[in-house]
Amino acid sequence: MALTENDLRRLARLARIRVEDNEVGTLLTQLSGILGLIDQLQAVDTRGIEPLSHALDLEQRLRPDEVTEVDRREQFQAVAPQVEAGLYLVPKVIE
Amino acid sequence: MNLVTTSLKQLAEALRKRQVSSRELAQAYLERIVRLDPTLGAFITTDHERTLRQADAADSRIASGTAGPLTGIPVAHKDIFCTQGWLTTCGSKMLSNFVSPYDAHVIEQFKAAGALILGKTNMDEFAMGSSNETSFYGTVKNPWDLTRVPGGSSGGSAAAVAARLAPAATATDTGGSIRQPAALCGISGIKPTYGLVSRYGMIAYASSLDQGGVVAPSAEDLGIVLNTMVGFDARDSTSIQRPPEDYTALLEQPLRGLRIGLPKEFFSGGVSADVERAIEAALQEYERLGATRVDISLPNTALSVPVYYVLAPAEASSNLSRFDGVRFGWRAPRYDDLADMYELSRAQGFGPEVKRRILTGTYVLSRGYYDAYYLQAQRVRRLIVNDFKSAFAQCDVIMGPSTPTVAFGFGEKTGDPVQMYLSDIFTISVNLAGLPGLSIPAGFGQGGLPVGLQLIGDYFSEARLLNLAHRYQQATDWHSRVPALASA
Repeated sequence: MALTENDLRRLARLARIRVEDNEVGTLLTQLSGILGLIDQLQAVDTRGIEPLSHALDLEQRLRPDEVTEVDRREQFQAVAPQVEAGLYLVPKVIE
Repeated sequence: MNLVTTSLKQLAEALRKRQVSSRELAQAYLERIVRLDPTLGAFITTDHERTLRQADAADSRIASGTAGPLTGIPVAHKDIFCTQGWLTTCGSKMLSNFVSPYDAHVIEQFKAAGALILGKTNMDEFAMGSSNETSFYGTVKNPWDLTRVPGGSSGGSAAAVAARLAPAATATDTGGSIRQPAALCGISGIKPTYGLVSRYGMIAYASSLDQGGVVAPSAEDLGIVLNTMVGFDARDSTSIQRPPEDYTALLEQPLRGLRIGLPKEFFSGGVSADVERAIEAALQEYERLGATRVDISLPNTALSVPVYYVLAPAEASSNLSRFDGVRFGWRAPRYDDLADMYELSRAQGFGPEVKRRILTGTYVLSRGYYDAYYLQAQRVRRLIVNDFKSAFAQCDVIMGPSTPTVAFGFGEKTGDPVQMYLSDIFTISVNLAGLPGLSIPAGFGQGGLPVGLQLIGDYFSEARLLNLAHRYQQATDWHSRVPALASA
């Protein structure tokens, strides 16, 4: 399936990745190639086959609801782009 | 001590007998890295002082008689494993300033064993690539031919071991990222059964496929390292709880009666003549060792690539949404509002291949396409798993080439992502099924470049796979051949 520029713009918005005008042509060609590859799946007869999300049949483990983590806020915030008073700073979103 | 010809097992013995100290060993490897790595680009980060401090601690531990098999052994780590106090980039500009505040479970295991961190190895960005060309930190050269790729995504780990800049290195494999570079660099590499190695602190790409493993010259060395790496970890929800196993326990077992399954899809077309010749010779060697051939079929092999390129990008688009320029990683220097900050930080922090996969994943998960792509891919994934189940009813191990060709040149496949994706045709299905896979050196093809033989086993058959590889390596010497550069 060929992708249109509108499709690409929509995907880029959903993925929160800015796509510049000069990138559109190459991206459309490459993504259309990838979609061509995965479109091969449409021809496979999978009636009656259950989707498989995981190769091994695993059960989700349960654990007691206990505090297991120590407070390491300072170390974790040391790698953040912008923090103040223990808070992560982002541009204002509410006036 | 000649680091080019001494195996990890021999290094461990020499340490135990006090013929060499861990500090001397660390210094010797660091000296090799300083001398040879500017040519190869296998490492992103080394930190001599830190490594030597660990070596001194290991030497004290050896002196006190509390050493384990890996105490004092330097091990290089793929830069996907979070390592406390070390820059951990995952090959991306996005994490170019990320000094990890914690250790991955794998790193914890090596530290507890007293192994040294020799450095962090180069890789395709976020493990997305088959040539190491997507790394933000430059390409890695194949030690056998500097104009060729080392494979990927664990290209730095494979090249480092091939050039004997490290006795072993950790790696990860989502669609072939351990076995393919091991094959192209002429070394051994194992991807264990999904769930054996904890994914905690291993930066996520496609969580239902990602699995940590190791590369080293020989199968015997792989087993020794695997003994330290494997282990249950409650912080990984898919970590497998089973009694500890000694992966070196079966190494010497004879091969008489072994049934080798040869999938016709791994041998029909698509494989270059030089690779086919080397694989045929390896199979004849196995016959001499007592094995027989069984013709089998994995009919959905060709579909494994499209299934992978639906599921892996889908999981990646979700996993990589955490990189938003807020809590860690790259933030754009200039932006107008929050949406602008997200979009610009991600556009600047991610390279082209990562963006392609995120966009592909976003597409297949978006409304109206989810059933047609994502669920359909999951259904075909079950068909692929069923193929392996039928195959293992007829044989003990599956063998074939690890890759369709020997190492290709830089730039040869970067223009067309789909061509690059198809170079993983023989490895991807193993991840989809969660099976263990191994690649070992099996001679040389065109241009004197290494060929890898792939061994695929049933779930939890790692010890047996290493046994099959070890017996072959006792009968041949491909695994001890080194590129000229390593002896320079």
